[in-house]
Amino acid sequence: MNLGPHAEFIVAAYAVTAFVVAALIAWVALDYSAQRRVLDDLEERGVTRRSQRKE
Amino acid sequence: MPVTDLANPTRFLTLVNRVLPWLVAATCVLFAIGLIRAMSAPDDYQQGATVKIMYLHVPAAWLGMFGWGLMSIAALGTLVWRHPLADVAGKAAAPIGAAFTFICLVTGSLWGRPTWGTYWVWDARLTSMLVLLLLYLGVLALYWTAEEPGRGARAAAILSLVGAVNLPIIKFSVDWWNTLHQPASVFRMGGSTIAPALLTPLLIMALAFTLLFVTLHLAIMRNEILRRRVRSMRLVQAQELHA
Amino acid sequence: MSAFTALLIRDMRLAVRVGGGALMGALFFLIVVAMMPFAIGPDLAQLARIGPAILWLGALLASLLALDRLFATDHDDGSLDLLMMGPIPLEFSVATKAIAHWFTTCLPLVVIAPVLGLMLNVELHAMGWLALTLLAGTPALTFIGLVGAALSVALRRGGLLLAVLVLPLTVPVLIFGVAAANAAIVGPAPFGPPFTILCALSLASLVLGPIAAAAALRHGLE
Repeated sequence: MNLGPHAEFIVAAYAVTAFVVAALIAWVALDYSAQRRVLDDLEERGVTRRSQRKE
Repeated sequence: MPVTDLANPTRFLTLVNRVLPWLVAATCVLFAIGLIRAMSAPDDYQQGATVKIMYLHVPAAWLGMFGWGLMSIAALGTLVWRHPLADVAGKAAAPIGAAFTFICLVTGSLWGRPTWGTYWVWDARLTSMLVLLLLYLGVLALYWTAEEPGRGARAAAILSLVGAVNLPIIKFSVDWWNTLHQPASVFRMGGSTIAPALLTPLLIMALAFTLLFVTLHLAIMRNEILRRRVRSMRLVQAQELHA
Repeated sequence: MSAFTALLIRDMRLAVRVGGGALMGALFFLIVVAMMPFAIGPDLAQLARIGPAILWLGALLASLLALDRLFATDHDDGSLDLLMMGPIPLEFSVATKAIAHWFTTCLPLVVIAPVLGLMLNVELHAMGWLALTLLAGTPALTFIGLVGAALSVALRRGGLLLAVLVLPLTVPVLIFGVAAANAAIVGPAPFGPPFTILCALSLASLVLGPIAAAAALRHGLE
């Protein structure tokens, strides 16, 4: 595929976009697993939320 | 499913967990199609292959503005209708909108260098986007540095609305200022009439990016709800230890 | 004495006192404008060309600096809570405080701007026009900044957050203020349109600013 005389700009643009999107996805995924880990740990220790306690 | 059902965080989480895999799949498929179409699209008769940057720059610009619009609606939900998940929606939209605005600025700059000869130009569009990014950073500062999620959320909601009112004014001022200082030429990015061969890939990429936005938005909302649960559980834990 | 007058006089008295910081804004304005030529160079022709811009930027930064203490001192000693619970609508008392702030902080800026213009080689006949644009535009800066001050007092974050919030919102005021000043000095461009837009921005923010600021205080401090 011939990207013409300014190929490096096109490549750079796509690279930056890919990087930012990847960073965003990575942050979301890592945050999710971190929160899940903490939540599972807390639930394991028997801590419950007020709305979960019915007794 | 009525909006009121979505007000319950637990039910919302169940919905998100079910829907998210499909959204991810759809996003990937659309990006695949879009990128193939974008790469195989013909070159612009003036700009050559650099028009391919348009497929990134234009959707990013739309989504940057869409993000702020979403935050404004969420702000109304927080302040006026007191919807329980409205502030979560607003807080989740901010980083995504900011990221897309940033992408818009960088790709615009990289598009400008070969076509206009300079990395930055104070034209109306880029400058307005820059101010939008600054506003995003302000809102992010409010949302993510508050000790208590609720308080930062309300302040950020007000700023979202103030910004929404001010954004057309800023756009108008920058436009006006630009014509004042650059009477010579008006740079048209891609032109107002885009050839169909270029338009279709653009629309597919725009759709792909929008799906990406929605997917990330729901995922971040889920994270935020979990984060608040952790916080309230830790508070309960601390109370029980104390008692 | 009406509530409006009482609050106005109280705020103005507090601002003018030694710890009040009213003249501090003018001093900061002086210093900032004095520092600019060190960075830009002493070329008088160049300074004359960008003089209005320097003065407007200096005024913007000086009024921003002073906004910090608009609600902070009242919040610290509890009088903000009294104002919020009092019989006067919060929007009204917030607007009154902003007007007092404008009288004590921005009006001195308008007054000394022509003097600073001398330092920047701004033409004599243009001083009056410059001061007029500042007179018309500083209310907008005050009332837009009011919203930022209200938002940041609720969060106890301090001055830099305020600047980050307020500066992007003041871009239109800056654009039209400098455009009007330049039009009066150099311009083939007419003075009217940017000046009237500047006045419109001030009037609009006079109404919308207090509403948003009161909402920010209510929601932030509840």
